[in-house]
Amino acid sequence: MSSIVEQDIHADDHHHHAPGGGIKRWLYTTNHKDIGTLYLWFAFIMFLVGGSMAMVIRAELFEPGLQIVEPNFFNQMTTVHGLVMVFGAVMPAFTGLANWMVPMMIGAPDMALPRMNNWSFWILPFAFAILLASLFMEGGGPNFGWTFYAPLSTTYSNDSTALFVFSVHIMGASSIMGAINVIVTIMNMRAPGMTYMKMPLFVWTWFITAFLLIAVMPVLAGAVTMVLTDKFFGTSFFSAAGGGDPVLFQHIFWFFGHPEVYIMILPAFGIISQIVPTFARKPLFGYASMVYATASIALLSFVVWAHHMFTTGMPVAGELFFMIATMLISVPTGVKVFNWVATMWRGAMTFEMPMLFALAFIVLFTIGGFSGLMLAITPVDFQYHDTYFVVAHFHYVLVTGAIFSIFAAAYYWLPKWSGVMFDKKLANWHFWCSLVSVNVLFFPMHFVGLAGMPRRIPDYALQFADFNKWISIGGFAFGLSQLFFLALLIKACRKQGEPAAAKPWEGAEGLEWEIPSPAPYHTFETPPVIK
Amino acid sequence: MSQHAVNPVKSAGKWLLVVIGMFGFGYALVPLYDVFCDITGINGKPSNQAAAYQAVEIDEARVVKVEFMTRSAGGMASEFKPMVQSIKVHPGQLQEVEFYVKNPTDRDIVAQAVPSISPGPAALYMNKTECFCFEQQTLKAGEEVIMPMRFYVDPQLPQDISVFTLSYTLYDVSAQVVAQN
Repeated sequence: MSSIVEQDIHADDHHHHAPGGGIKRWLYTTNHKDIGTLYLWFAFIMFLVGGSMAMVIRAELFEPGLQIVEPNFFNQMTTVHGLVMVFGAVMPAFTGLANWMVPMMIGAPDMALPRMNNWSFWILPFAFAILLASLFMEGGGPNFGWTFYAPLSTTYSNDSTALFVFSVHIMGASSIMGAINVIVTIMNMRAPGMTYMKMPLFVWTWFITAFLLIAVMPVLAGAVTMVLTDKFFGTSFFSAAGGGDPVLFQHIFWFFGHPEVYIMILPAFGIISQIVPTFARKPLFGYASMVYATASIALLSFVVWAHHMFTTGMPVAGELFFMIATMLISVPTGVKVFNWVATMWRGAMTFEMPMLFALAFIVLFTIGGFSGLMLAITPVDFQYHDTYFVVAHFHYVLVTGAIFSIFAAAYYWLPKWSGVMFDKKLANWHFWCSLVSVNVLFFPMHFVGLAGMPRRIPDYALQFADFNKWISIGGFAFGLSQLFFLALLIKACRKQGEPAAAKPWEGAEGLEWEIPSPAPYHTFETPPVIK
Repeated sequence: MSQHAVNPVKSAGKWLLVVIGMFGFGYALVPLYDVFCDITGINGKPSNQAAAYQAVEIDEARVVKVEFMTRSAGGMASEFKPMVQSIKVHPGQLQEVEFYVKNPTDRDIVAQAVPSISPGPAALYMNKTECFCFEQQTLKAGEEVIMPMRFYVDPQLPQDISVFTLSYTLYDVSAQVVAQN
């Protein structure tokens, strides 16, 4: 990669340039590192909140029959678990990583719009306060699934739907502002000599993700607004009685929803593309093809949405089109997986914690990709639709995909953020417990799904009892394993551990490793020059 | 740094326009969906306009079976059923069928029937010259009505369709009608 010929780092005591002290520092901050930290902590707290809801779900499903919670509350748990994990954990975690790393990786002093950055973070806690508070309303919170299909969210929902709609509006506004900030930063603030095709892949994948975000988050805002007006103001977008069509809801929702799943995985591809070359000590194989593959995945994501709707009674021509378009996505995704493998091929590999998570990502994400290919086959999807097979599929790509990549990124850059090496013992406990339990949790779901166990139902037929017991045990173990990570983070934030070198990983390359650890409060105020 | 020539706020404003445009696109999907379905007939929605029957050539050699289904939307108390379950017609032949509806409640109901055809592509070839579904029906308390529907099947109906189902769902739209008046 490129090297630096000139740089000017103020490594002196710039830490204390933060505005005010105590809480005001965090409320008023416009510093990309502070805001990145806020996003990451917020995402981790939401991960624990959404995780506790998953524990409620798994406790209820531990045995057949209804024993712990009411079915209505169970539905609220599946709904809010999905919303919190998607909009509260995975997306803010990636935005936090972008805030911390994008300016440092392109040699910029900060994000392009620092005050908007502050705002885009600080509206998020309000969005989730509204969403979580709706659970305590009379009649409970949203219970129609995170996909809020009409008429479940219009005719059959309760008044808390209004709170759900407003909270989604706020989350959307936050994501859009974050995305615009990333785009403007990358387009205007790259250091001299940092051409587009020299940008690190994490920056590239986030650049493309940001375009996806500004294209589809407004469509989601439109969809929730239509639900709001259908429910409270007498419109009939989704009501056949007034000339609307409930299937239209699914088209609009999945026009947002499918690009959304790539929003949650493209930055993960970027992270893995940073980590694998570092620990294989070889440059990334096929850099340009990685960029083109990412862009093709993003473009294809706009023409596959109806594969979520094969059972709505589409004509055969439509089903064939969406089946083939969906399968086409496995080509650029395959390019990526093969490039990672080729990067490792004959590399001098070592297995530090970021690499372990990256390797687990590659293997387990690929399993999720294969089950996705199975689901893409239209006639087969008629059997798999709305079963636990689908639950297994998207948890493999989101938990062992997106979330494992976020763990990998956290371990990779934590020394840079905190200035200390993390506790390796805790990290090992975290990794191995997570790896085993996550597979106990999600792998058997494939089998119960193929055998016909439906998703989002608080009870099940007796023949699924043994598998569900194992799934629940895996779930509790996976949930508890995250406490190792919490302990490790608290230790790192308290600066307990060996001081980290500017470049703690031998094979690492990139501008972020040229500045000291912990990264000073202000970096690259004079831009480095890239040859 | 030459890049400083670009004003980031201006640049962000440009992307904000994209955001507003995409919000509009979300709403534009509503009419686009209707237009797309009208042209292709893929969602099984037959035309809501009366078709004119112009001495279409009757294809005596071909028989198409049309099945009728009815249901009352959730929460609506009405008895609604077709007088015949199914009928065999020649494409091009004008046919009349009747539907029975009763309002068993002690209040007046304004009802709207919404048709749907399966398989969807048949919707383009189902021409109704007269249908109770074209307008709202006022059902007085306890009233029983026989509602006629006249249709013919377009002889262009694809050869692989020999049977299709016409389903009506009856909705109680009294609340909306009151709100509008």
